[in-house]
Amino acid sequence: MGVPQLGVLSELTGRQSGCARGKGGSMHMYGKNFYGGNGIVGAQVPLGVGIALASKYSGSDGVCIALYGDGAANQGQVYEVYNMAKLWDVPCIFVCENNGYGMGTSVERASASTAYYTRGDYVPGIWVDGMDVLAVREAARYSVDYCTSGKGPILLEMATYRYSGHSMSDPGTSYRTREEIQEVRQTRDPVTSFKEKIIAAELATAEEMKNLENKIRAAVDENVKKAKSDKEIGLEELVTDIYADSKEEYIRGITPWDRLEHKTLGMAVNV
Amino acid sequence: MVTLSTGSVILVNVAKFLTRRAFSTSRIVEAQQMTVRDALNTGLDEEMERDERVFLLGEEVAMYDGAYKISRGLWKKYGDKRVIDTPITEMGFAGIAVGAAMAGLRPVCEFMTFNFSMQAIDQVINSAAKTFYMSAGKVNVPIVFRGPNGAAAGVAAQHSQCFGAWYSHCPGLKVVSPYTAEDHKGLIKAAIRDPDPVVVLENEILYGVAFPVSDEAMSKDFLVPIGKAKIERPGSHITLVAHSRAVELSLDAAKELAGEGIECEVINLRSIRPLDEETIVKSVIKTNHLITVEQGWPQCGIGSEVCARIMESEAFYHLDAPVIRVTGVDAPMPYTKSLELAALPQPHDIVRAVKRVLNVK
Repeated sequence: MGVPQLGVLSELTGRQSGCARGKGGSMHMYGKNFYGGNGIVGAQVPLGVGIALASKYSGSDGVCIALYGDGAANQGQVYEVYNMAKLWDVPCIFVCENNGYGMGTSVERASASTAYYTRGDYVPGIWVDGMDVLAVREAARYSVDYCTSGKGPILLEMATYRYSGHSMSDPGTSYRTREEIQEVRQTRDPVTSFKEKIIAAELATAEEMKNLENKIRAAVDENVKKAKSDKEIGLEELVTDIYADSKEEYIRGITPWDRLEHKTLGMAVNV
Repeated sequence: MVTLSTGSVILVNVAKFLTRRAFSTSRIVEAQQMTVRDALNTGLDEEMERDERVFLLGEEVAMYDGAYKISRGLWKKYGDKRVIDTPITEMGFAGIAVGAAMAGLRPVCEFMTFNFSMQAIDQVINSAAKTFYMSAGKVNVPIVFRGPNGAAAGVAAQHSQCFGAWYSHCPGLKVVSPYTAEDHKGLIKAAIRDPDPVVVLENEILYGVAFPVSDEAMSKDFLVPIGKAKIERPGSHITLVAHSRAVELSLDAAKELAGEGIECEVINLRSIRPLDEETIVKSVIKTNHLITVEQGWPQCGIGSEVCARIMESEAFYHLDAPVIRVTGVDAPMPYTKSLELAALPQPHDIVRAVKRVLNVK
């Protein structure tokens, strides 16, 4: 499961080694058992309930984890599917990643109730320290057990933080202080604190951790280089995979004299 | 048309039915009839029987047998798992349906009318239509969105809009708008078997209308190809292009005009995305005149698209007159009965337009 480093990085730079060949971009990454990234925040939550419903329908013990932020947590469609998931005992794990800010609007200014784990009302909710790797793991384990035992949906609120801005156009400093960001980085960073835990428990030495970090950093650097230099897909892929089975005679281009040929290149993973 | 309030209206309807048979170009071996409602019901039943992954969801589709009885008997036959009553939460259940399709099932998502699909339109367009493309072919969405579209009778402004233009605008979707019972059966089956999202625009007024049905159409594997129009009535003087109920209005107008020696070729689009440009162009080359007929609003409507395509095609050089669009009036639908009648094209409006285009008194 998951998408390898290069697949993510190249998708960000829109190159052919991206997990969606560069056609999806930062908001639309796909892979086995990973149904995206959705640019319409909140829309992915009903999709997640649908995927979980499909698991139940086909008799498998699969669950679906549907993640959304504190900003999207106020979307009406999220409440619509809390209702249906609970009504039909759908094995969906709702995860609200509360990092304190929508884009630039803090949770206090956006939500009448910021206790997101309670917002599911009749859907039981758990508040989790999202900066604690082990807490997140335990909460995930618990939720998967909960859902697979036929108890229906569950809601997890992960308290976390966002260091950078929301997107490329947001510097991230117009609505909070640099000191606030620094403080979190120094006291609550999940990777740093987990590393300290490992060393304190003598599961690895500081030296070994250093070597691991260097190896990972080298791999990331390597993949970043590739992601920046890899080529984009060819122009003919502008009109591929619009349909799995196109019934159009041709795809209309910029002018009526531009008749483009549709091709289906993809092998859908969900079929 | 289902109004049977007077004896003369009954006679007119019988006459229409008998004469309609003479216009259909499909071969009819036996005189069997089917209403559009039964055609859809049978199509859904056959596809659910054939493929375990097919299931139905929407408001009142199960226990109530469907708001318009299209899903009558299906919940009784297939049970809760495959026929699901949803709460009145279109955005939510449409999204759930799309997610289920992404995960490999074949949902048929009913909108009680397409007016309510506006609440869920983000899921139809952004989640369903675009996903195969955005995922570079990794995730396809074999979903069907179906329900009554366009003008009904006496349901006023918020319940009478035609969404043909809005949905057919978007690449990634297939959009069909059947007219005859055979169209409905063949297209709902084709839509369910299709690996891409298909929007099936039905019509409430057509549900109760009976059509003759060929032996071929009674088969469990009868399909109507998506993207192919049908010539309902051949003619040589002018081409009328329409979809859904407007085909009936065009056929009625054609009958009246035939009495005056004007032979109309009536094209039943059946699909509006893809649009069967080839059939329309071929017809215009033959007749040299074109009128589009629809119940929807004029601006950016189906007729507008047909006009644009004709302008950009070889057919332009064969036109002896400009293409004219006959459409609904550019206003929200009034409740007042006489105003509602005046808001929608009637056969006499089409007759008037044909005579004007052909410069006939």
